[in-house]
Amino acid sequence: MQRCYMTYKLLRTRFVLLLGLVISLLALTSQEILASPKAEPKRVVLDNGIILLITETHALPMVNISVAVKTGAIYDPPGKGGVASLTAILLDEGTKTRTSRQIAEEIDFIGGSLSTSGGMDYSSASLVVLKKDIATGLALLSDILINPVFPEEEVERKKKETLAAILAEKDDPGSVASKAFYKAVFGSHPYGAPPEGNEETIPKISREDLVSFYQKYYTPNNTIIAVVGDVDLKEAVALIEGHFKSWEKKEGQFPDISPVKRLTKRDSILIDKNITQANILLGHTGISRDNPDFYAVYVMNYILGGGGFSSRLTKEIRDNKGLAYGVYSRFDLSKQPGAFAVSIQTKNETARVAIDNILTEIKRIREEQVADEELREAKDYLTGSFPLKLDTNAKIANYVVFMEFYNLGLDYFDQYLKHIASVTKEDILRVAKKYIDTENFVTVAVAQQEKAGLKE
Amino acid sequence: MILRTYHSDIFAIFAMPKVKGRIIKGALRIIGAFAATLVFLSAPAYSSEIKEHLLPNGLKIVTLENHKSPVVTFQIWYKVGSRNEVTGKTGISHLLEHMMFKGTPSHGKGEFSRIVSMNGGNENAFTSQDYTAYFEIFSSDRLNISLELESDRMVNLLIDPQEFLLERDVVKEERRLRTEDDPTSSLVEELYAAAFKIHPYHAPIIGWMNDLSNLTREDLYRHYKEYYTPSNATIVIVGDFDTEEVVKNIEKYFGSIPGGSAPPEVRMTEPEQQGEKRFYYKREAQLPYVIYGYQAPNYKDKDHYALDVLSNILSEGKSSRLYQKIVYEKELAIAAGGGFNAIQTDPELFYFYAQLRPERTTAEAESALNSEIEKIKKEPVSDSELQKAKNQIEASFIMGQDSNFYQAMLIGRLETIGAGARYLETYIDEIRKVTAEDIMRIAQKYFTEDHRTVGILVPLSPKNE
Repeated sequence: MQRCYMTYKLLRTRFVLLLGLVISLLALTSQEILASPKAEPKRVVLDNGIILLITETHALPMVNISVAVKTGAIYDPPGKGGVASLTAILLDEGTKTRTSRQIAEEIDFIGGSLSTSGGMDYSSASLVVLKKDIATGLALLSDILINPVFPEEEVERKKKETLAAILAEKDDPGSVASKAFYKAVFGSHPYGAPPEGNEETIPKISREDLVSFYQKYYTPNNTIIAVVGDVDLKEAVALIEGHFKSWEKKEGQFPDISPVKRLTKRDSILIDKNITQANILLGHTGISRDNPDFYAVYVMNYILGGGGFSSRLTKEIRDNKGLAYGVYSRFDLSKQPGAFAVSIQTKNETARVAIDNILTEIKRIREEQVADEELREAKDYLTGSFPLKLDTNAKIANYVVFMEFYNLGLDYFDQYLKHIASVTKEDILRVAKKYIDTENFVTVAVAQQEKAGLKE
Repeated sequence: MILRTYHSDIFAIFAMPKVKGRIIKGALRIIGAFAATLVFLSAPAYSSEIKEHLLPNGLKIVTLENHKSPVVTFQIWYKVGSRNEVTGKTGISHLLEHMMFKGTPSHGKGEFSRIVSMNGGNENAFTSQDYTAYFEIFSSDRLNISLELESDRMVNLLIDPQEFLLERDVVKEERRLRTEDDPTSSLVEELYAAAFKIHPYHAPIIGWMNDLSNLTREDLYRHYKEYYTPSNATIVIVGDFDTEEVVKNIEKYFGSIPGGSAPPEVRMTEPEQQGEKRFYYKREAQLPYVIYGYQAPNYKDKDHYALDVLSNILSEGKSSRLYQKIVYEKELAIAAGGGFNAIQTDPELFYFYAQLRPERTTAEAESALNSEIEKIKKEPVSDSELQKAKNQIEASFIMGQDSNFYQAMLIGRLETIGAGARYLETYIDEIRKVTAEDIMRIAQKYFTEDHRTVGILVPLSPKNE
């Protein structure tokens, strides 16, 4: 979002590595995805319960397939955080007929990509291939979803890799702050723990844990498949049916997840680290995706700190005071209420003044109506930018899965425009008062505490 | 902004029109080389075409129409980046990029961003070693907004002294965020500083902290007047629009701006390295990291095609050599790879890296990297490994066309660094010609100990633990 310079591509290695561990709680600021009438997918439910969504785009001879299995870290067994994530990243590390290496060779040879990851609410797999290679690609994708064997040796390797990656993340102050923040806000609720697990939980996980997690949750009737690209409806249905027909429907009872509790006190967590900037997160619990106030909250957050260069936080704290490169607010998108969080990085010495400025802004949006012009501009952006959210096959595939997972309906685009258009400044004031709390919130600061001077 | 590695971005083969008259105009034809082997060539996407125009004031326009989605990407590229900076003034190009959003007499501070977002658009900018570029992404009917805003700030930027001081602080925060507090970024910065002693690739794009503190408003204004001219710029537009109409509009907005004189040339060339350079970088960190940088050629040398193929063999996908050997088999590292970027104005480094697992030593990583490098020099890669790398490059070439933004990036970059979009005409053909012997030969030629810089991140324990 910010003015940026191009970094050496080397710097990205760490991020690439961590992709498998990325938290799937999507942030409202950037991940809300819109439909366009043109992209409205066709929905088919296969005999074994797979929900198949097909969007034809014939501009390029390629196909993107996104899969969501409706399970994630929310179902990690107690004390074994990381099971859902490890299950997902081990899918392509060996099947009944292919070794880890064979799977990698086959997908690489056709210049495609096949990846899997485990999130908080759901787990994902994705396939991108040229149209001429679709059969090869689907043979691999269906194999890793239907026949994974979780070889002991591969499980141990991934556990060690995960532990090393968790260690490496300690060099990222933003990640340290984020883990502390979620823990403080959500406590023992699954949203309070990192989906990839931690140093205590990973060693306790066995191959059997992964196998039983897989058997319980990875069923066709718990799976969404979105196909986007150069295939027609009939062809796509036949292909998916053909490749996934051996996957047998299985009914199961999933555990109830305890509800998210709202914070009832103010808390401050100061973590000392020898760095130049204070990495600050401030916030509390937010809303779930199905909250009827979702759209009003979305527009409110855009004005407060979700709208990049147009937001109040950026204008006040970055543009007018030069205190930070990035300052944002967000409401996580998730099944249960996720977090509301404001994030900023500022030099240690200005940590206090940055926090004061953030508090001033969140108080202001709770106390004063936004200006008519501000609201109009926010709505103009949010409605006018919709085509940009669907301008590649990959974006469409992710959007379609998202729409289905959150039950938004195939006419989501029309609905979205209507909902945004109907938000008033009274709504904004009401939801700001209701969903932002200036009394009970958590502040996390990872900084050189001596310089930051945040101790009360 | 996260940018993908270059070789995944190559997207199409195009032939360029000849220059004719005042304006270069012409359609592109599709090169037949593809047709022989790839059946999907007849797909509609390949009827897309690149068109080039040149205004009398030297402003170049490159367009690629693509009507699959009602959106358009506009980019304007200036031939200036950290490569054009001198000692003591590093970071000036990037700081100027930030100031370009701070207003002109007709569009005040914050107005550029406000106007774009009110129109449902996204906008931003990026600076690299060789270029600075600005972009807007809109619904198709909003393209004139880019022309109005970009033509205004090409000439009328104010650089208010107070705003300059504020934004300099913002950039210092950016440097703290991206570099100072990130051990790997800092190591890479050290690598370039060690590997290039004369050439300006020595210095980081964002600038040294001390230089940022010393930059003045006058430095920036001089830089702006020197480099922000039509004859030093290229407009690239990709998406749903009509070229003829857009070119007319560009002439209206930009045609009257004086072309400007040619900015000073950068004449520094890095001399041949005589002996390995090695440095140790010590700081608080969790995991050791090893990085190599070999002096490598850029696009001007045909060897780079074989090096591109080799990049894929080394680190594209989980079946690639460095992943298989160093991450998977030996369990030495959590990440390992190698590659380079030929699309640079001047030659860059071919790098190798490994981020180690906690119980492993950098000596083990070096020995594993060295034996992989020796293997490439001594044994020809197998036919299937070679074919796999070529298939990956060709597939990326097609898949990259899914994104207007990346196509515009690629065109803008090729135009700005001097290769020209014409480079794409022959790229896949050249990749196809690469043989196992070529790879052995270039490995022997470039991967010599005397031509490399080795950086080792030595983690120190936190003082407060």
